[in-house]
Amino acid sequence: MKTISKTIIKTILSTALIGSVLISSASLTGCGEQKPASKSVYLLLDTSGTYTQELAKAQSIMNYLLATLDSGDSIAIARIDSGSFNEKDIIAKTTFDSRPSTTNNQKRVFKQKVDTFVDNLEKGSFRTDITGGILQAADFVNETQAGEKYVLIFSDLEEELQKGHIRDFPIDMQGIQVVALNVTKLRSDNVDPREFKNRLNHWQERVENGGGNWRVVNDLERLDRMFVQN
Amino acid sequence: MNELTSLTNLWSSNTAVSSLIWLAILITLLYLGRLQAHQVISSSFRMLHTSLRLWASSISQLINRLKQRNKEVLLAAGEAEVQTKIEREFNRISTIVQRDLSQYPAIHREIKSAIETIESDYQNCAETAPLPPAWGDVVATITALPSNGDPSVNKILENIKQSIDDAQAQSLSAYQKAGSNRHKALAKMQPDFRKLDDKMDVVKGKVDSLEERGQLIDQQMEEYLNIRAGEDKAASILATSSLTQFFIAGLVLTIAALGGLINFQLIAMPMSEMVGGTSYIGSVKTSDIAALVIILIEIAMGVFLLESLRITHLFPMIGSMDDKMRRRMMMISFSILFILAGIEASLAYMRDLLALDHEALQHALMSSNTDSNVNSNQVAGSSAEFRWIPSVGQMIMGFILPFALAFIAIPLESFIHALRTVLGLFAIALLRTLHLALRSSASLVTQVSKIIISFYDLIIMVPLSMESGFKKMSLKKANKNETSHLISETNQID
Repeated sequence: MKTISKTIIKTILSTALIGSVLISSASLTGCGEQKPASKSVYLLLDTSGTYTQELAKAQSIMNYLLATLDSGDSIAIARIDSGSFNEKDIIAKTTFDSRPSTTNNQKRVFKQKVDTFVDNLEKGSFRTDITGGILQAADFVNETQAGEKYVLIFSDLEEELQKGHIRDFPIDMQGIQVVALNVTKLRSDNVDPREFKNRLNHWQERVENGGGNWRVVNDLERLDRMFVQN
Repeated sequence: MNELTSLTNLWSSNTAVSSLIWLAILITLLYLGRLQAHQVISSSFRMLHTSLRLWASSISQLINRLKQRNKEVLLAAGEAEVQTKIEREFNRISTIVQRDLSQYPAIHREIKSAIETIESDYQNCAETAPLPPAWGDVVATITALPSNGDPSVNKILENIKQSIDDAQAQSLSAYQKAGSNRHKALAKMQPDFRKLDDKMDVVKGKVDSLEERGQLIDQQMEEYLNIRAGEDKAASILATSSLTQFFIAGLVLTIAALGGLINFQLIAMPMSEMVGGTSYIGSVKTSDIAALVIILIEIAMGVFLLESLRITHLFPMIGSMDDKMRRRMMMISFSILFILAGIEASLAYMRDLLALDHEALQHALMSSNTDSNVNSNQVAGSSAEFRWIPSVGQMIMGFILPFALAFIAIPLESFIHALRTVLGLFAIALLRTLHLALRSSASLVTQVSKIIISFYDLIIMVPLSMESGFKKMSLKKANKNETSHLISETNQID
């Protein structure tokens, strides 16, 4: 009887000890933390007029995104042209594989595609359909069902629509973070700086009315501000 | 609020006056109910005091029981340990007796043979050389006779002298030869003496070793008897030993845990290549859990291996298995451990490859122009020749760490054994603190009841003072009456 009780005590103590080791190990591996949400990022590149000169900066943004995103995240880069609500405007898109080695290869291929596009771009589009691009972006990020959805707009935010294109309707941006990057000032902004403010306010209003979140990051040295710190 | 105001101003429109009247009523009521209030306060606090004391007493009993239980556990553990030690000592003695003293008859024979040889040689030494013949003196007397010039007599005498000289020369030669032989015999005795001395040393060494073991057994038997007698000193020594074991085992376990952590870091990343890096169980990555499970399986295999080697005794079932089964279990657990170590080594190598790939990608992403690419390639090229060092290092670590972790079973067993004692001591300390707190609370409750009663009396101090004054006055009056009564009585007597 004494031996049995001794064995039971020993077994309980062993189990408790191994359990505590397991729990402490689990806590070391981040048990206390929340499961990180997957990200979905859609980068819109303005290729209209003189803004094409800024595309080199867009490449550095893309590199930052590729370095930051991880397995399970999605990324797409599309151009803003005269009619942007179109899959043909997507330069490259991918959802990174769960295996790190495959993810690295996907990143390489992605970078290659975007570099080729930038290198081969000779002249910009005549018009700038930003709304179409945003609608396309919202569709993409919603489709990925990611926990964090971002639409990055690399543009001066001056929309010029083709005749007949209807874009003056509310856009659904529920749960999407919209970040305007490198919003350059136009020549007319210098004449009346209020135009620049009005332009920014107009887009902020449209995004926020659609349920989205609006931010502007003009300092490309601080790209870490793009993503919301959870 | 209005009701309260109206109640306050019940006696007068002036709040102060009304409040004073209320106060007077309250004080009067408190004064009238003083005795009952004192009883209520005293009995309530006494009840609290008693229950606290009761609790303290129960805890004190619990402490004693726990102490007794701890002592029993300690003594039982100590008894088992000393028994094992004594058994081991007896086994050693048995081995010594079987190994060394079994050869004792042979040594004895050799010693006896050496003694016989020495004795024989000694007897040989004692033999004296043959003396010259007894007639030598007679012949010498004859040869000493005067010859008187007779040639025949002379010749006879010379012959006789010659014979005597020859006989003496032969005797001397024989004597010298005998002396030489004796010396030789004595010289032959020397190695026999040495041999005898060596053999005696061997016997002494063996007997001394046995004596040492005997002394050790004596000490352990004394310890065992103390434990059996349940002496406090023995329990105290065992408790100290147990605490030391607890801290040492805890330290080793901490080191092992750190080793496990490094091992985990080594295989967690490549694990995501096998099970995917995006799936989660709860909030933990599946790859992390997989890595953790591998490490835990390694530890479990290590425990089984040491159990089957009978180094540890965490699982009595394994220890009581028959030897064949135990050997099988040993082989199986070692094989699994070896395979897991191999897997870890390959995972560690894969980690290195992944890290390199990731590094190259990051570099490609960060470098914006061709020049920097060229420079980075040059840098990478210069360090490439040493790249194999961390790769090999990681592989070796991946292979060695599982075996190192396997030995965790030894400190784990010590820790578990010591933990029982430490938990007991901790529980006693906790209960003692509680006991002290309860006793202090009981005393505090008594004091608080006294303070409340005093405070109660402070509130009704005016009527109390009046009562006291009346009592004094009536006492004085009574005294005065008595005195006057006595004076009148005295006067009447006079």
